[in-house]
Amino acid sequence: MSDKVPVTVLTGYLGAGKTTLLNRILSEQHGRKYAVIVNEFGEIGIDNDLVVGADEEVFEMNNGCICCTVRGDLVRIIDGLMRRRGKFDAIIVETTGLADPAPVAQTFFMDENVGRKAKLDAVVTVADAKWLQDRLKDAPEAKNQIAFADVILINKTDLVSPDELGEVEARIRGINPYAKLHRTERCSIALPEVLGRNAFDLDRILEIEPEFLGDGHDAHAHHDHDHDHEHGHGHHHHHHDGGGLKHYHDEEMHSLALKTDKPLDPDKFFPWVQDLVQKEGPSILRCKGILSFKDDPARFVFQGVHMILDGDHQRPWHEGEKRESRIVFIGRKLPEEKIREGFASCVA
Amino acid sequence: MREGAVCDAVTEARNDIPSVVERTRPVKAGAGVVGAHFLGDTAVLVLGEEALILVPRAGEPRTVATHGGAILCSSADADRIVTGGDDGKVVATGVDGEPSVIATDGKRRWIDHVAAGPNGAFAWSAGKHAFARAAKGAEQALEVRSTVGGLGFASKGVRLAVSHYNGITLWFPNAHSEPATLEWKGSHLGVVFSPDGRFAVTSMQEPTLHGWRLSDRKDMRMSGYGARVRSLDWTAGGKWLATSGSTQLILWPFQGKDGPMGKAPRILAPAEAQAEVVACHPRQDVVAVGYADGLVLLVRVDDGAEVLARKGAGAPITALAWSAAGTLLAFGAEDGESGVIALG
Repeated sequence: MSDKVPVTVLTGYLGAGKTTLLNRILSEQHGRKYAVIVNEFGEIGIDNDLVVGADEEVFEMNNGCICCTVRGDLVRIIDGLMRRRGKFDAIIVETTGLADPAPVAQTFFMDENVGRKAKLDAVVTVADAKWLQDRLKDAPEAKNQIAFADVILINKTDLVSPDELGEVEARIRGINPYAKLHRTERCSIALPEVLGRNAFDLDRILEIEPEFLGDGHDAHAHHDHDHDHEHGHGHHHHHHDGGGLKHYHDEEMHSLALKTDKPLDPDKFFPWVQDLVQKEGPSILRCKGILSFKDDPARFVFQGVHMILDGDHQRPWHEGEKRESRIVFIGRKLPEEKIREGFASCVA
Repeated sequence: MREGAVCDAVTEARNDIPSVVERTRPVKAGAGVVGAHFLGDTAVLVLGEEALILVPRAGEPRTVATHGGAILCSSADADRIVTGGDDGKVVATGVDGEPSVIATDGKRRWIDHVAAGPNGAFAWSAGKHAFARAAKGAEQALEVRSTVGGLGFASKGVRLAVSHYNGITLWFPNAHSEPATLEWKGSHLGVVFSPDGRFAVTSMQEPTLHGWRLSDRKDMRMSGYGARVRSLDWTAGGKWLATSGSTQLILWPFQGKDGPMGKAPRILAPAEAQAEVVACHPRQDVVAVGYADGLVLLVRVDDGAEVLARKGAGAPITALAWSAAGTLLAFGAEDGESGVIALG
């Protein structure tokens, strides 16, 4: 399936720096050509004949599911772009600051024509270090964008103090502990950190261990553009918190991780998870899991966006590998106890 | 999956059905084909980028450059092929192979849809705006509530159906009457009038068709498909609406005054792969069906008899067209391996 065109979705609240990141991607000498789907034509300072204006038309599907929405304009535009398949290597979709990333992501799962030719690579969210905390209070869109992200750039770090930065990171982690977090100024980042992530590949969803702030070295390894500066951040951070991190629990948007080393019964698990996303789909933004089924030599992996689930056997469990089932939900006011009990009842 | 309304697919091994494969004149398009049409007995293959290939019955194929980018849509009348591109141009090309720009979008937006209508009329759309022009007349414009999903001319008069989110708008571009909108929730894409003008039918984003009887605006839903219906065509005289979207040919009966309401579709030509495109013979109740594995069958509606027109081992069929006399069938494929079959 590697001939599918990878699609990166850029989100971020108004003024966070999406266009800066987009211009950086397009102007860097990387030898790759991008087709770009934008909302505001004028903001792109790059001469690229594969820039397309989108209308952000969100269409509900007639299947009785209120969160099953697709971006009608993307269905049309990707079909058109595919006629020029040889002219670009990947597609970048820039959304407006107020956009919900879910319809964009769902388009790749719900439209068979789009799904056959293109695949979602990652949702990259640019967050404003100075203003994100305010937006998390007053703008549900901003919270959605953080909750949905695979990669988050905390941008404009030069405008905040190390304390404020630690605070905003903790707030983000309180909502989405699974996204890859980067600190940037003017969206300066090595492009492999935002492009070619394969975040929606079933083979890659296994990286679902939360990335804790305290694991400074891992985070640093990816900040290769300005070593001294990054070191400074790390230093401040550790100095302030003594190597630990603040834990916040967002009242509204949070994640839930469950695991068990007991094998699951597929005849219990699938009906349960399907029923769960049918009923709670509107509040579940994303879910992912690795599952160990009874008498099944292969690992089963799945992911979901609202009510849409996508899963498959991935590979045999290795000799001596710990056969553990792990499942993660990110959502709004998740019914934790109900999910916890339901998952526990799937044990074979 | 969702094959509810259609019976179980029985895959036939088509080793012993009659074949017209040997009558094929292969055409290597060299690029993906997105449309096929005829101008007299010249087949025209529309490529996904930049050009058309004219294939005269006698003589070498000829490539004609028409657009400076992707060709997003095409339609044809007896005299010309009308194409729309991502260069913001609507281009007409006759059998002489001389393209001319007949309309340009002022903002250089993509031309998403074109339709060739009766008596030299044509229409196109860019974003939420539909435009139409009669052979002699000024350009008329209509803005609908969301991006135009498709355009379809009625067979008589200059009457246009414009599909969009949550319905279609019926528009007489040359009349002063207000356009009328027929509502139905959801995203409507392709739209066609029945040849007698009594019905309008849309293919939707979901794997379903929606229809309206125009006299009383009665709604009809035609569902049970496994995939989005991307190809619709009327059999001769409009008796049946042939559709893709399943691993069979699905035909809805439109003979009676109620059309297909309360009736089951006729289901023919089951195959392993999805039917991608259908094209009805202009005179007989015969439908050419192109499948996702490259198979092309000619299917007689009355008894389901089949003739093999192309073996199924290759890229998806993306375009089919009959000549007006019904003696030539052109097919195009995603990988460019195309051809013209002489039947008469």
